[in-house]
Amino acid sequence: MFDEKSDPQKPSIFSEILSLLSANFSQYFMFIALIVIMLIFTIATDGVFISSRNISNLLNQMGYIAVLAVGMTLVIVIRHIDLSVGYLAGFLGAFAAIAMTSWGWPVYAVIPVVLILGALSGLLTSLPIAKLGVPAFVSTMAAGLIFRGALLLVTMGTGTIIIRDPVFNAIGNGFIPDIPDIGFLDDRHKVTLIIGVIAIIFSIISAIRSRQKKISYNFEVSSMPMFILQMILTSAIIGYVVWVLSGYNGLSWSLVVVLIVVALFTFITTKTPLGRHIYAVGGNPEAAELSGISVARITQLVFAFMGVLSALSGILYASRLQSATTTAGLGFETDAIAAAFVGGVSAAGGVGTITGSIIGALVMMSLTSGMNLMGIDISIQYIVRGAVLVGAVIVDRATRKGR
Amino acid sequence: MEQPILEMKSITKEFPGVKALDEVTFSVAKGEIHCLVGENGAGKSTLMKVLSGVHPYGTYSGEIFINGEPQKFSGIRDSESAGIAIIYQELALVPELSVYDNIFLGNEITNGLTIDSYETIKQAADILKKVGLDVNPETKVKTLGVGKQQLIEIAKALKKDVKILILDEPTAALNETDSDNLLELIKGLKKQGVTCILISHKLREVLAVADTITVLRDGKTICTLDNREHQVRENTLIRHMVGRSIDNVFPKREKVEIGEEVLRLENWSAYSPALGRQILKDININVHAGEIVGIAGLMGSGRTELAKSIFGNPDHFHVSGKIFIKGKEQKFRNPHDAIISQLAYVTEDRKGNGLILIQDVKTNITLSNLREITERGIINENEEIVVANEYKENLNIKTPSIEQKVLNLSGGNQQKVSLGKWLFVKPGVMILDEPTRGIDVGAKYEIYTIMNSLVERGMSIIMISSELPEILGMSDRIYVMSGGQIKGELAGEEATQEKIMEIAVEY
Repeated sequence: MFDEKSDPQKPSIFSEILSLLSANFSQYFMFIALIVIMLIFTIATDGVFISSRNISNLLNQMGYIAVLAVGMTLVIVIRHIDLSVGYLAGFLGAFAAIAMTSWGWPVYAVIPVVLILGALSGLLTSLPIAKLGVPAFVSTMAAGLIFRGALLLVTMGTGTIIIRDPVFNAIGNGFIPDIPDIGFLDDRHKVTLIIGVIAIIFSIISAIRSRQKKISYNFEVSSMPMFILQMILTSAIIGYVVWVLSGYNGLSWSLVVVLIVVALFTFITTKTPLGRHIYAVGGNPEAAELSGISVARITQLVFAFMGVLSALSGILYASRLQSATTTAGLGFETDAIAAAFVGGVSAAGGVGTITGSIIGALVMMSLTSGMNLMGIDISIQYIVRGAVLVGAVIVDRATRKGR
Repeated sequence: MEQPILEMKSITKEFPGVKALDEVTFSVAKGEIHCLVGENGAGKSTLMKVLSGVHPYGTYSGEIFINGEPQKFSGIRDSESAGIAIIYQELALVPELSVYDNIFLGNEITNGLTIDSYETIKQAADILKKVGLDVNPETKVKTLGVGKQQLIEIAKALKKDVKILILDEPTAALNETDSDNLLELIKGLKKQGVTCILISHKLREVLAVADTITVLRDGKTICTLDNREHQVRENTLIRHMVGRSIDNVFPKREKVEIGEEVLRLENWSAYSPALGRQILKDININVHAGEIVGIAGLMGSGRTELAKSIFGNPDHFHVSGKIFIKGKEQKFRNPHDAIISQLAYVTEDRKGNGLILIQDVKTNITLSNLREITERGIINENEEIVVANEYKENLNIKTPSIEQKVLNLSGGNQQKVSLGKWLFVKPGVMILDEPTRGIDVGAKYEIYTIMNSLVERGMSIIMISSELPEILGMSDRIYVMSGGQIKGELAGEEATQEKIMEIAVEY
């Protein structure tokens, strides 16, 4: 087709591994930081921190923040912020409670309705941002005030609303059922273990498939020992988490919800054109627009996702407390934003992953849980969490510089 | 021999995986205009960053002497206090502030506590006179054109006691008049004893003003030429830069049969609500298959606005008139619609609105046509690698890998990525806006070759360019714009630089 033939320089495998490592350094760094934090707390609490019971509690408690962190990642990636998510979650949680207790709606109707309301709220909040260029900071802060007022309004007569629906309450407190004892591993949650084994098998099969696909394209793949090492590492992590959880009631429904949300949004962001469009808008909105991507539409969509996830967060929280309170949602947005930034999302836009933010949420939640176990006063806890947040962002910026 | 004002000896600077500078030696005599030339990626900018302390002492090896004194700059402040000022290609002015505020930004004149506006304005006016700029110092910078802004940058540098002034591609964004003014100013500064180091791709400029020319290639000093008597020839310079002789700057193209009409505008007008004025008026043009149509005109004549208004109007001008693609009238609501109708627009500003710099080469190439590599809603990443490698090979994009962030590529290679991205949408008509701005001679030649091969295959190209030789060398037909209107149409063979300029300055 063209006259000139190129002469591609092939980089050595070593330099490729090195560049891969440095490109993802911030994520590896936070992962390592998470493990270090967990180790420190394990030692400081004589192993209580790493006990099945505590890990299970920690994961279940973080559900409502984790889903918000997923949405917040996307919002920050497209260079915006959403300060309304906490009160939206609180308001929609109260809405769900009222719908079930006062209006007698069945739980199976309440949940989809609440999720749709969340999407609509997010969409509405995004309209001034996407259509008129109002800063997200202002638009979402205004929305937050409105949702807070709405929450107070609906809980005005009753105060705290107690939820009695067992199905609804199981979302935040229940665990997946187990099979009866079979005289083997009776002290463990067997269905959780089975799911873990299935997950490991699935991850190995998909890794092998992807490798074979690459080979069929004649692409370079990592060496066999390296590949096996990676698979062993992945399997070990899944296996360990599942083993720990199976020692105390097994997988909780709230963790199942979080895993589904994380899997879904990881899939969207990494595998689909929509994901590419989101990162393109974050990376350079003008270039994205000229590439045929509607920046306004992507903005609305991301805020709608954020709305749905806020609704989900509200459901998880109300269900966990088995009630809707007047203060529900207070400060959720701070935790979600902190999780995203600790997880390596860049405020400059276009950079950040779902898994990174989940690790960020885990770091923040581990700090809370660990310090609680150690009996550290809440005042010190805030200071430590603030220091970790700013420290993580400094490390992230320092390692990103010059690339 | 007199001691040189600046000497850089055996400068070596390495980035991970690349040796950007390899034992570079660079010596500048006092009071001369010294031009630094070389292809993109030759190491010119890196060398100047070493000199100005952006790459501090210790991150490179080698020595820097100013008036014979060894220097160890640990930052820009150090080099500034040694009398070095650098003006980058991208302007660093604050548009919302006034001219005098910008000139004294960071060095405000105060009377103890507050800014002494009277004194500042007075001094600013003096400095503006020095650079021959006749504007009110209280004007906001955003209301001035690029040419004047460039002069303000120089004024800003001159207010300090500058001994060595470094200008990195100062005329890249300027039209001919502004460029000439700037070059005259540099000559004037020389008379005042300021030593200038000028980096430029415009070789004619270089030959006109330089006393000495140093050529860099692949991070090495190739030669230093004496040009005090204007004895250096352009093709000599090019040969040193690329290491081969380019006999013809514009590659020959096979005679292409001009086909049917593929694009036509009728009474196309546009009003910009942001500017509050008419920016395009009654434009009637057409483009045929296999044709390169040049659009010439001065800065501000409305060429880019024309391109963008055709390409789905992303700036939301109020547009009237009709657009026909292959004889059928079309209405584009956004760039997406234009892409569907097989239009492509390669922007003049690849960093600003062309590429996503923080993403890698392959992601940029496939962005506008992800559908092509998506199966059942999932992007086939293996197919993407195949596609990206194909464009890397065909367009000769020099990058260690397609996973490299576009940020790390040189201007010419970024431009090729931009071209690749738009070729991947398989367009029928491609609008190229300043396709060779700020890129080196070798890459320019490659881009011309690519353009030729595209029209040979029946594609149409609309090329907007401020470089007249390029317009003349490449176009089958030329439209000349001025004041938002088409003021003339010339066939490629009858056009000359003089004819185009005559039309372009008519208002």
